[in-house]
Amino acid sequence: MGEYYKSGDLGRFAEMGRHNPELFTKFMDWYSSSLKPGLLSKREKVLIGLAVAHAIQCPYCIDAYTQECLGEGMDLGHITEAVHVASAIRGGASLIHGIQAYNAAEKISL
Amino acid sequence: MTEFEEKLTALHSGPLRAVGIETLQLNLGYKCNMTCKHCHLDAGPSRTELMDRTTVNEALMVLSDYNIDTIDLTGGAPEFNTHLRDIIIEARRMGRRIIVRSNLTIFYEQGMEELPDFYSENAVEIIASLPHYAETGADRVRGKGTFSKSIAVLKRLNGLGYGIVPGKKLHLVYNPMGAFLPPSQAELETYYKKELQTSFGIVFNCLYTFANMPIGRFGEFLLRSNNIKPYMEKVKSAFNPDTLCNLMCSRLINVGWDGALYDCDFNQALGLPVDQDCPRHIRDYDHAALSGRRIVMGHHCFVCSAGQGST
Repeated sequence: MGEYYKSGDLGRFAEMGRHNPELFTKFMDWYSSSLKPGLLSKREKVLIGLAVAHAIQCPYCIDAYTQECLGEGMDLGHITEAVHVASAIRGGASLIHGIQAYNAAEKISL
Repeated sequence: MTEFEEKLTALHSGPLRAVGIETLQLNLGYKCNMTCKHCHLDAGPSRTELMDRTTVNEALMVLSDYNIDTIDLTGGAPEFNTHLRDIIIEARRMGRRIIVRSNLTIFYEQGMEELPDFYSENAVEIIASLPHYAETGADRVRGKGTFSKSIAVLKRLNGLGYGIVPGKKLHLVYNPMGAFLPPSQAELETYYKKELQTSFGIVFNCLYTFANMPIGRFGEFLLRSNNIKPYMEKVKSAFNPDTLCNLMCSRLINVGWDGALYDCDFNQALGLPVDQDCPRHIRDYDHAALSGRRIVMGHHCFVCSAGQGST
């Protein structure tokens, strides 16, 4: 499984447009537009990208957004804090679902 | 023809040429108290190359004879050159703008303790290396303990009025801490100012963001870590033709410790002297010929012309 994700595969991303160029172009336009500075700076956006990359555990995104964060002048301190935010929200999301378990249990309990 | 020249040709831009000489940049020697990982010159404590008095005099003669606005003193640590004070006093007498590129920690070396006061008295503009506003990153590039020393020196410089009084300019330099390009200079400057002010009460004038050159110690890192190819791809893809008219080589002449003339400090590191049609030593200085000289270009020119530019 160590060979399942190959770092060079990120460079092959454009191949995803081969069988449906129209949808791929739409995706790329949307992707690049969403990352342009707006109300949020590029620095804030790439930090969000890094946090999401860790939440969804995408190795390509983790590599790419770590580089983006460093390129925006942030260091491992910033990256670590962002990863903790992603992890805490992920953990909190699991924990809050404990209420669903309580609800389900309550429904069938005497 | 180099790849960079091919790029210019494709843009229908001629070869890069100087448009004058506004700055005389003297590299006073490669000796340094530090061995920063991003250094393009491999400067360090064991280096012995230092500009001698004869070459210093020849450079001062050029500064005196021609209308060159600025003298820019660099190294290594330029403070290791025993003629530094004389150069500054003479340049001030001539009414020139004086820049010293300092690593800040040099003022902890024996005999250097009073140099900040001397700089202050002579209106020397200081451009100081501080690769990051956080200790971990800065120490990783420049060596353990160097950040706290730099912070202490910056506080001392503020105490002398540097970064506060109009005639005492203090600029900082950010270098990426690895194989990536610097961010927006203006945006990073706001973070530097906020963080240094909040954490340490430090103020400064401007932040310069310089990309790392794939030569010297940083070049060795790129090779050793297999980052050379992706780094150069990144640099080339960030090529910005708008930077070409503002490259420092177009208005500067660089003088090596031995008096040899170069278009920039990076060409000096690579041993690429000025164009063969020009004199190649400060003793033979020809202002007219050098002012319009053809710039000697290489692969590394992509770095100065990447993104927002790096000069």
